[in-house]
Amino acid sequence: MTKDSYSNLVNTNPVGKKLAGQLGLPRPAILRRYEEGQDLLVGPAAVAGIGAAPVLIAATAILKASAAVVIPATPETSYDARLGAIVFDATAARSLDQLDELRATVAPAIKKLGASARLVIIGSTPAELEDAEAAATQQALEGITRSIGKELLRGSTANLLWVDQAAQGDASVLAAPLRFLLSARSAYVDGQPIRVRAADVPEVTDWRHPLTGRVAVITGAARGIGARIAKVFARAGATLILVDIPAAGDALSKVANDLGATALQLDVTAADAGAKIAEAVARKSDTLDVMVHNAGITRDKLFVNTDENRWGSVLDVNLRAQFRINATLLDPSVRGGLADGGRIVAVASISGIGGNRGQANYAASKAGVIGMVRQLSQNLASRQITVNAVAPGFIETEMTARIPFATREVGRRLNSLLQGGQPGDVGEAIAFFAEPGAAGVTGQVLRVCGQSQLGA
Amino acid sequence: MTNRGVRDVYVLGGNRIPFARSGGKYLKASNQDMLTAALDGLVARFGLAGEQLGEVAAGAVLKHSRDFNLTRESVLGSHLSPTTPAYDVQQACGTGLEATVLVANKIALGQIDSAVAGGSDTTSDAPLAVNDSLRRTLMKVNYAKTPQQRISALAKVRPGQLAPDQPSNGEPRTGLSMGEHQAITTKEWGITREAQDELAARSHQHLAAAYARGFFDDLLTPYLGVTKDTNLRPDSTPEKLATLKPAFGKGEGATMTAGNSTPLTDGASVVLLGSREWADAHHITPLARFVDAETAAVDFVTGDEGLLMAPPYAIARLLQRNNLTLQDFDFYEIHEAFASTVLCHLAALASREFCVEKLGLDGPLGEIDVEKLNVNGSSLAAGHPFAATGGRIVATTAKMLHEKGSGRALISICAAGGLGVVAILEAAE
Repeated sequence: MTKDSYSNLVNTNPVGKKLAGQLGLPRPAILRRYEEGQDLLVGPAAVAGIGAAPVLIAATAILKASAAVVIPATPETSYDARLGAIVFDATAARSLDQLDELRATVAPAIKKLGASARLVIIGSTPAELEDAEAAATQQALEGITRSIGKELLRGSTANLLWVDQAAQGDASVLAAPLRFLLSARSAYVDGQPIRVRAADVPEVTDWRHPLTGRVAVITGAARGIGARIAKVFARAGATLILVDIPAAGDALSKVANDLGATALQLDVTAADAGAKIAEAVARKSDTLDVMVHNAGITRDKLFVNTDENRWGSVLDVNLRAQFRINATLLDPSVRGGLADGGRIVAVASISGIGGNRGQANYAASKAGVIGMVRQLSQNLASRQITVNAVAPGFIETEMTARIPFATREVGRRLNSLLQGGQPGDVGEAIAFFAEPGAAGVTGQVLRVCGQSQLGA
Repeated sequence: MTNRGVRDVYVLGGNRIPFARSGGKYLKASNQDMLTAALDGLVARFGLAGEQLGEVAAGAVLKHSRDFNLTRESVLGSHLSPTTPAYDVQQACGTGLEATVLVANKIALGQIDSAVAGGSDTTSDAPLAVNDSLRRTLMKVNYAKTPQQRISALAKVRPGQLAPDQPSNGEPRTGLSMGEHQAITTKEWGITREAQDELAARSHQHLAAAYARGFFDDLLTPYLGVTKDTNLRPDSTPEKLATLKPAFGKGEGATMTAGNSTPLTDGASVVLLGSREWADAHHITPLARFVDAETAAVDFVTGDEGLLMAPPYAIARLLQRNNLTLQDFDFYEIHEAFASTVLCHLAALASREFCVEKLGLDGPLGEIDVEKLNVNGSSLAAGHPFAATGGRIVATTAKMLHEKGSGRALISICAAGGLGVVAILEAAE
């Protein structure tokens, strides 16, 4: 992992700190990140809503169940302490005039936000609204969220939950997404909307360990982001089978042994990769609960200079292999295949959204992942299998450490949090999708990018 | 003691690190490092971190005196539970297979339910000792009572005494190296240079093919950046091997070269064994049943028998006890100490004279189908870290039987001291 020397200088070095203040240099905040047993919030949560605010009762209950202090907020409320979060229910907003209620209540609360605090706006899914002004009003929430995300200081974030009409009365389907966005697990998720649909959510007794008793397979787990995904899954209680190419077996076995996991040396592009995975799963359980497609490679070259091998190998590892493996795991007759109600989570990239010079092959594979996720989620809805992807932005890994300094600095700073993310941030987002509580979240691509301006 | 009877024992899987030619990639690795790495790879493959196994039995042939508890120390350094008992075994090149026999027997008797057997060897980190003359002088220094005595004892150290005592693979009772011994046997049996080179080339080609089809993906874990046995020459041919000069034996009849003999090698291997119940409880599909084993020894000191000719004796006894003929096998895994060792064994088993006079049988045990011999390569290609060879062969053979889904295999390993360890495996139902 690379060191962000600039962040260290302006945050910890006394001279650097003073200099940064005098020169008005940006000072990236040290983000609060999740640790076992951590409180949901650093301070009380101000809650308010528009009109009947149908989701507010559920949201308040979730906050209280997570041991958070709840302050009902009005435009006139004065806050004694720094707030840990603001939760605003705008689901009932149907006219543009109503948005002013949001402005009037949320603005004074934002002034009292502490460090690494959270703004979560809850809206209604615009696509479900027939009235054009209603749809416009709900769509406006995205613009508001994204703008506030860029204004918030000290590591605080703003995100949006768009809840379908059919899901608005169901606290169980809202709990996991709301907790994720409020907690330090979403430290590097900023300015993003997540749609929540109606779904049957299995009861989870221990929300801190939601993957207890679940079997998960993670590819590309020997190092970097994959190894950190594994660590997050292990913390959440999952039984893990970690996959990487045979040549990386040494590192893979270390990761596996440290987490009490099983190592499977396997080239994901092999024709029988799916069967091998199912076989390994069958040693632990009859069915698989979570399949994480993380394995990926880059073979960067300008498009005009990309040969057949560079083109093909990237598409094969990053995308085609997922289709082959999924085909096997989704066959209900395969022992060790994916259970109904299971999860598929893939790793896309902001390169797949915005493209990247010298990465036409990589961007093709990652954009392809996004396309796959959107369609496959619909195809598998009847089996209650969710399919989602995370799109990491600039993450501090061995891979990004090799980017030339100037390019690296741009990638690292060009986001609302003024810093690169950690591999664990990607792991947290993937673990969220994998949770039983995320049953209402499918077909989505969640950016873990600190609200990067690249591809936005 | 209650009689629990005897139950079936299964080979459940294995792991080894790639073998590396001596003085190469593993120069800085000790036996303990390598055995621990092999164990950890196995633990990861089967998700056994923190698990207490019945026992771990393993050893090394070339061993530092500080490694008196090599296997236990390796277990403590591994991710197995520290409450897993362990002990060292040493039977020259038979170490790995003999360790397998020992733990299999305990499982069969119900004394333990699971075990790991294995071995490690390095000639890169071989123990060098002070020579006997210097050692005696230094002992006198140690026992000296006054400074005067100490100085006068130390003064007796001579430059000639400073040469270290190097371990060798020479036989202590004959002073001949293993190659020199085998050269005698090779000549006696009239094994040709061509036959040896052909066997060696086939070993390389078979091992390369096994790697190419991913056969070792679940038998091997890379170590120190090495992903394949460094001795492997996929492009080896009898023609290329024919150009090498003889390394053992003298004059006209010298046929043994560096190409058809195994090089000194570093590496470690382990095998996981267990009862059916233990395997079921851990959702592990058994690869093969460990049926029976036999160890024989011959009198090579008087020249009565060749140093590495014990395996045919062991095979004859093992076949008899199990009511099998030599042809009742689907795979033959005969350790290639030298190409000519394998060929001498096959010649002996097919020889009426040898089988009647030496083995006391009515007739020859006969020939084997060489297409069933060492089908995924053996020591000539992979290399031969003495104590690690048994584990390599047992795990490889068990997987071959599992892939085939039926059948029986014969394993044979010759060892220094005129020893030979052989075993029978059958595909698990």
